[in-house]
Amino acid sequence: MENKEYTAKDFSSDQEVRWCPGCGDYSILKQVQSVMPLIGVPKENIVFVSGIGCSSRFPYYMETFGMHSIHGRATAIASGLKAARPDLSVWIITGDGDSLSIGGNHLIHLLRRNFDTNILLFNNQIYGLTKGQYSPTSEKGKKTKSTPMGSIDHPFNPLALCIGADATFVARSMDREPKHMREMLIRSNDHKGTSLLEIYQNCNVFNDGAFFGMTDKATKLNQTLFLENKRPLVFGENEHKGIRLDGFKPEIVSLNDFSLDDLWVHDESDRVKAGLLTRFFDIDFPRPFGVFYSKNKPTYEDALIKQIDEAVKDKGKGNLDDLIKGSNTWTIQ
Amino acid sequence: MTQETVEKVVIFFAGDSGDGIQLTGSQFTNTAALHGNDLSTFPDFPAEIRAPQGTLAGVSGFQISFGSTEIFTPGDECDVLVVMNVAALKANLKRLKTGGTIVVNSDGFDRRNLRLAGYENDENPLLDNSLTNFRVIEINVTKLTRECLLDVNLGVKEKDRCKNMFVLGFVYWMYNRSLDHTINFLTQKFKNKSDVLDANIRALKAGYNFANTCEISSSRFEVKPAKMTSGKYRNIMGNQATAIGLIAASKQSSLDLFYGSYPITPASDILHELSKHKNFGVRSFQAEDEIAAISACIGASFGGLFGVTATSGPGVALKGEAIGLAFMLELPLLIVNVQRGGPSTGLPTKTEQSDLLQAVYGRNGEAPVPVVSASTPSDCFESVMEACRIAIEHMTPVFFLSDGYIANGAEPWLYPHSKNLKKISVPMTKVNNSNYLPYKRDKKFVREWAIPGMPGLEHRVGGLEKENLTGNVSYDSSNHEFMVKTRAKKVDEIANYIPKQELDAGSKNAQVLVLAWGSTYGAIKTAVKELLNEGYSVAHAHLRYIHPFPKNLGSLIRKHDKILIPEINNGQLIKLIRDKYLVDAIPMNKIQGIPFEAREIKNRIIELHDGE
Ligand SMILES: Cc1ncc(C[n+]2csc(CCOP(=O)(O)OP(=O)(O)O)c2C)c(N)n1
Ligand code: SF4
Ligand SMILES: [Mg+2]
Repeated sequence: MENKEYTAKDFSSDQEVRWCPGCGDYSILKQVQSVMPLIGVPKENIVFVSGIGCSSRFPYYMETFGMHSIHGRATAIASGLKAARPDLSVWIITGDGDSLSIGGNHLIHLLRRNFDTNILLFNNQIYGLTKGQYSPTSEKGKKTKSTPMGSIDHPFNPLALCIGADATFVARSMDREPKHMREMLIRSNDHKGTSLLEIYQNCNVFNDGAFFGMTDKATKLNQTLFLENKRPLVFGENEHKGIRLDGFKPEIVSLNDFSLDDLWVHDESDRVKAGLLTRFFDIDFPRPFGVFYSKNKPTYEDALIKQIDEAVKDKGKGNLDDLIKGSNTWTIQ
Repeated sequence: MTQETVEKVVIFFAGDSGDGIQLTGSQFTNTAALHGNDLSTFPDFPAEIRAPQGTLAGVSGFQISFGSTEIFTPGDECDVLVVMNVAALKANLKRLKTGGTIVVNSDGFDRRNLRLAGYENDENPLLDNSLTNFRVIEINVTKLTRECLLDVNLGVKEKDRCKNMFVLGFVYWMYNRSLDHTINFLTQKFKNKSDVLDANIRALKAGYNFANTCEISSSRFEVKPAKMTSGKYRNIMGNQATAIGLIAASKQSSLDLFYGSYPITPASDILHELSKHKNFGVRSFQAEDEIAAISACIGASFGGLFGVTATSGPGVALKGEAIGLAFMLELPLLIVNVQRGGPSTGLPTKTEQSDLLQAVYGRNGEAPVPVVSASTPSDCFESVMEACRIAIEHMTPVFFLSDGYIANGAEPWLYPHSKNLKKISVPMTKVNNSNYLPYKRDKKFVREWAIPGMPGLEHRVGGLEKENLTGNVSYDSSNHEFMVKTRAKKVDEIANYIPKQELDAGSKNAQVLVLAWGSTYGAIKTAVKELLNEGYSVAHAHLRYIHPFPKNLGSLIRKHDKILIPEINNGQLIKLIRDKYLVDAIPMNKIQGIPFEAREIKNRIIELHDGE
């Protein structure tokens, strides 16, 4: 089985894809299907688990094992699956509402436990499936069906939250950058531990253009920052701008005034700086894409299996009759 | 000194939660068991974890009923009350029958203790003639214990911890018991602390010898061994039996156990017990909440293990949506509910049977889930195995209902040999190509299971309505109706794979049938047995399978003039019975967080039998 050569088509199920025409989810599906042949895992050992939302329909379209579950719980279901079957490649598909609102609790607990699973968080900053209410990532002031006067909720900064929950792999990509997304998918897969990949996804029906500035030719170069490990943070037209650290205070500088050597050099293993990067979240700084943080830490399932092995080593494989009997018995003639 | 033979004795040990009451009780229990008595026990924990010493809130108790006859409950009224301080007396005097014996540590009646227990101005129940209806044996336990340990190299605090052994020795003498078992136990427990071991054994013997020599304990009782079915026994608590039953089911099905749970009284002990048995391959997982716990179990079952989650009522409320998912996916899953007093947080440390309707009905949509219940502590073993068998063989979530009374109660168990346990067959598919249809069913309406790792069998499952056979999403209206009916039929069909209902006692045409479920078993059994001896026309049927009911239940209950349904709730089984069989059953309800007493049931049966 291992040597089987798959193509993207092998991962496409016979179900008709039902997202709205033009939805960013299509691009993500395509990139995931095209990356699957590259990860070297037999199809039958891959499982996609999702919650509820437009994005969560995803598993139906993948010719792998899959479960479309209940709202917010894909992370918890995947935790049990991975604990039960560490041999499987487990992918979690979730939306911003699914993972950060109803499922916020399970998300942070999955991250701290560090099961070796891959989370793809489709962030369209809206509730798509329920037809357009604001979500926990919608910006303040957003007018939606449920906030006709504008949202008064302060939004989550998802990656800051994940770093705060001690995630071991945090990255961001977007639907409009297929090549980058493929690269990030492969990086997510390669990371042993929970990888969280936030993917900016345009909902062209209820929140069209949410990431317009980051995708439009005119503004994109100034509003995005593509991270590369061990490389200085540069962005802008002709890469003429950079980010410099003054202590722990980042500042945007012109490369006319500073040289590359003066700039902040990205280090994926630096958790503190990754935290700073997640805070590039308002208009003054370009939005970072790429791997913010990646660190190897023991996974939950490895520790669990180790305890079981140790218990077997210490006490021997469990004997049911000894267990039933206990330590104190008596006989009645 | 006199020696009297008695058939049955109920003792209640009570003291401060630091007094080692539970240990004293369990030692007395094991010794009684080894002596061949039948018995039943129940601990009474203080509601507060660290309530101040000497206060009523801090009193811990342990009740044991043991005898030379069959014992089915920890007893109604107590014959003997053993109290380590005044608070323990005040809190539990109501349990003692008139003429009963009180063994008192009079050192626990000093000014401070009296004040903490709410006695003012030198009031003292030992001095004010309020106990004249009882036989009071006063012992300066603290003083005597310290004296017998004079030359032991331990601090006063540590010496005082041996007080319970002094009292235990005393009670052992009263009932003519051997000290051997407890000495063996102490030797094991303190094998690395020779001073403490020595002190405990000395105190135990001192208490025994004190009883032998002093005049206050003038009578001694003999409780002969009971005539019990021959075989090998152990003592077992309900939660322990549940945990062991789960491991047994895992062995019998060859599916590793995944146990996901979030701590809650009174279910947590199952988590504790299972976590000790990782060498059986048990994967225990303490989740962040009940929703995560059951969700993880669903993930594990999807992966081909057997997912089990346990909780109590509030946790079941949280799990509702996920139970619906498991029902829709048709995966094996067990939900254990160790019931406690509700609603809401209710009475967490008290027992109740009030989650039956929640188990039967508590989900959105048409989602019938099989329900199995246990009737005694040791019955948890077989019942939970049955619940697991149904879950696995019929590919469905199943409820297993226990309650606080069963969970913490203990009784001797004629334990089985594993070779006599039923095998559980797993409906794993034999198809090995893409012809696999995830929702194709066999004659039991059970679908075939395929798990990740099986090449060519990749498929998707989900909570959306699915097309018959393929499992693909379907919004077709007639398909939905068909699927709802099919899933219901599958659950109803289980009635063909469970035993028929039998009478526990009495004859099939008896005038009054007592029909019940769960932990009311012991009290009803006791009452009915006595009434049968007295010539009443009464029978007892106790349900293990509540959904679906055994096939013959309707014909069985209709043979009786009157059907009495006692429950520790406001009437739940009775609703199901009336609904299903259209019979005018008579409710009997107690909702005080405590079990029925046998005599309450007995009196009600007599009323029905003779009157009305
Ligand atoms: C328990 C529960 N509550 C509410 C819903 C309704 N609901 C379905 S999806 C959703 C929000 C989806 O938003 P998101 O996760 O961002 O996914 P998207 O549709 O945007 O991809 C809601 C509120 C539900 N299915 N279940
Ligand atoms: S509603 Fe939005 S997110 Fe949902 S499918 Fe349509 S475009 Fe995509
Ligand atoms: Mg969304």
